[in-house]
Amino acid sequence: MNGLLKGFWKLTWVEIKVFLREPLGVVGTLGIPILLFVVLGRTLRDAQPAADTVSQAPFNVAILAALMIAVNAVMSLVAIISIYREGGILKRLRATPLSPLTILSAQVLVKLLFTIVSLVLLMLAGRRILPGTMNVSMISFGAALLLSSLSILSLGFIIASIIPTARFAQPIGAAVLYPMIALSGLFYPVDKLPTPLQVLAQALPTTHAVALMQGVWDGSGWSAHWMNAVALVVVFAACSALSTRWFRWE
Amino acid sequence: MPRTVISVSHLGKRYGSTVAVSDVSLEVHEGEIFGLIGPNGAGKTTTMECVEGLRKPDRGTIHVLGLDPQRDATALRQRIGVQHQEAHLQKRIKVWEAVDLWASLYAQVVDANDLLARLGLEEKRNAWFMTLSGGQKQRLFVALALIHDPEVVFLDELTTGLDPQARRAIWELIVGMKERGKTVFLTTHLMEEAERLCDRVGIIEHGALIEIGSPAELVAKHCPERRVVFTSDIADVAARMADVPALRSVASAGSSHTLHGEGDAFTTDVIHVIAREGIHVRGFRTEHPTLEDVFLKLTGHGIRD
Repeated sequence: MNGLLKGFWKLTWVEIKVFLREPLGVVGTLGIPILLFVVLGRTLRDAQPAADTVSQAPFNVAILAALMIAVNAVMSLVAIISIYREGGILKRLRATPLSPLTILSAQVLVKLLFTIVSLVLLMLAGRRILPGTMNVSMISFGAALLLSSLSILSLGFIIASIIPTARFAQPIGAAVLYPMIALSGLFYPVDKLPTPLQVLAQALPTTHAVALMQGVWDGSGWSAHWMNAVALVVVFAACSALSTRWFRWE
Repeated sequence: MPRTVISVSHLGKRYGSTVAVSDVSLEVHEGEIFGLIGPNGAGKTTTMECVEGLRKPDRGTIHVLGLDPQRDATALRQRIGVQHQEAHLQKRIKVWEAVDLWASLYAQVVDANDLLARLGLEEKRNAWFMTLSGGQKQRLFVALALIHDPEVVFLDELTTGLDPQARRAIWELIVGMKERGKTVFLTTHLMEEAERLCDRVGIIEHGALIEIGSPAELVAKHCPERRVVFTSDIADVAARMADVPALRSVASAGSSHTLHGEGDAFTTDVIHVIAREGIHVRGFRTEHPTLEDVFLKLTGHGIRD
């Protein structure tokens, strides 16, 4: 057992190194959301100089950036899983004493670690650009982002299970995930959407992720948004269960 | 009689409505190189992957080192080394990182540096996987399959796509494994490879094992015909050779004469007659059937069809 845990950390560490060697890997998943945040954040700050007119906008920008981090992590996970499947890497790992769960958990852990790093960078950037608006508990917001990431990652596993080839990983991932951001309530309130879209939005983890993160930010906290947290856990459980049935190793 | 390391009895496996393996039974003995040969799609890889425990058979029983590959998968994986066809590694993983990762997964491992040196990879330690040549990649896969000093090594199409030099280097490695007392189970569609390396081969076609034995046994059994071709200016070859017992026919084209016969004594008999008759011979060669001829005869088509 001890030996296998060693294998798990070794695999995780190797995957981190391999990811860091990827050209544009880090820039794409970490850099772009933070850049987006910095540019939008500055624009908002300059447009609204008076402190009392600050609306929800700044932290919505932060949440958008956080959501982008989660979604980029998912897209990268989907791409990696499909490339590894196509290249037989999953098959090769599976023939070792590593358990299937360990192999996939290492991939998820790598993505979560990069999410945490991105979050820290995001908060540091936020404190510089939008002083005064970033005094949210990093632990609480981090926990909300991690739960959201895990939930969206599990959806990513379903996408990774059903896409036919690695070539389609990026476009299909984007086609599924970007509309989810659009419907998440970040740009347009969910309760003002047409009823069918409202129902759809409520079934998507991104909507609950946004509600939870907004709640953490505006101070209403976890107690007011426990339903969203539960929804994220339910999505995670359902998607994980479906992926174990649908997941293909080759 | 050496110990039986792998026994497969009436294995069957289908994917949906496609039958990949219909009926395969075989035994592999300790310390031998056993080769499964057949065209692409014949069921070689499926059979091998069922034996490794990577696929669950629909029918039949399999034992490897006395273990059930499905039920005792964890215990078995510590004792077998597996090389897959067309399975790669992370593009940007370094050679030493891959070996180190694999080494961390097993209870007992051999020295990684020794292993890399033995496989001629010590200078590539820090190279990314994607920068390796085909032969280097295959040698790395061999390293990963051997890191835990397994008792049985499975090699699926190890030399496919390699140039002749790299192929020969891999052959030496496989012979080296046998010399270290390992049992090797390999698949190939190269008849020359099977004939050179394997103590015994199994011929598989359309998912069924149609013949099994040593290459020499199979040639003697299915292709006893021999040919002697010699060049001489004499005209009455057929008449002079008439008392070679196993002679079947003579074909002459100018000064080149081809004698068709059968059995191991045929060549010697022909030489005797040539000497007795004092025939002046300018060129002389014999043509032996090979495993490829056996394959052609048993399946009615070549391996590349």
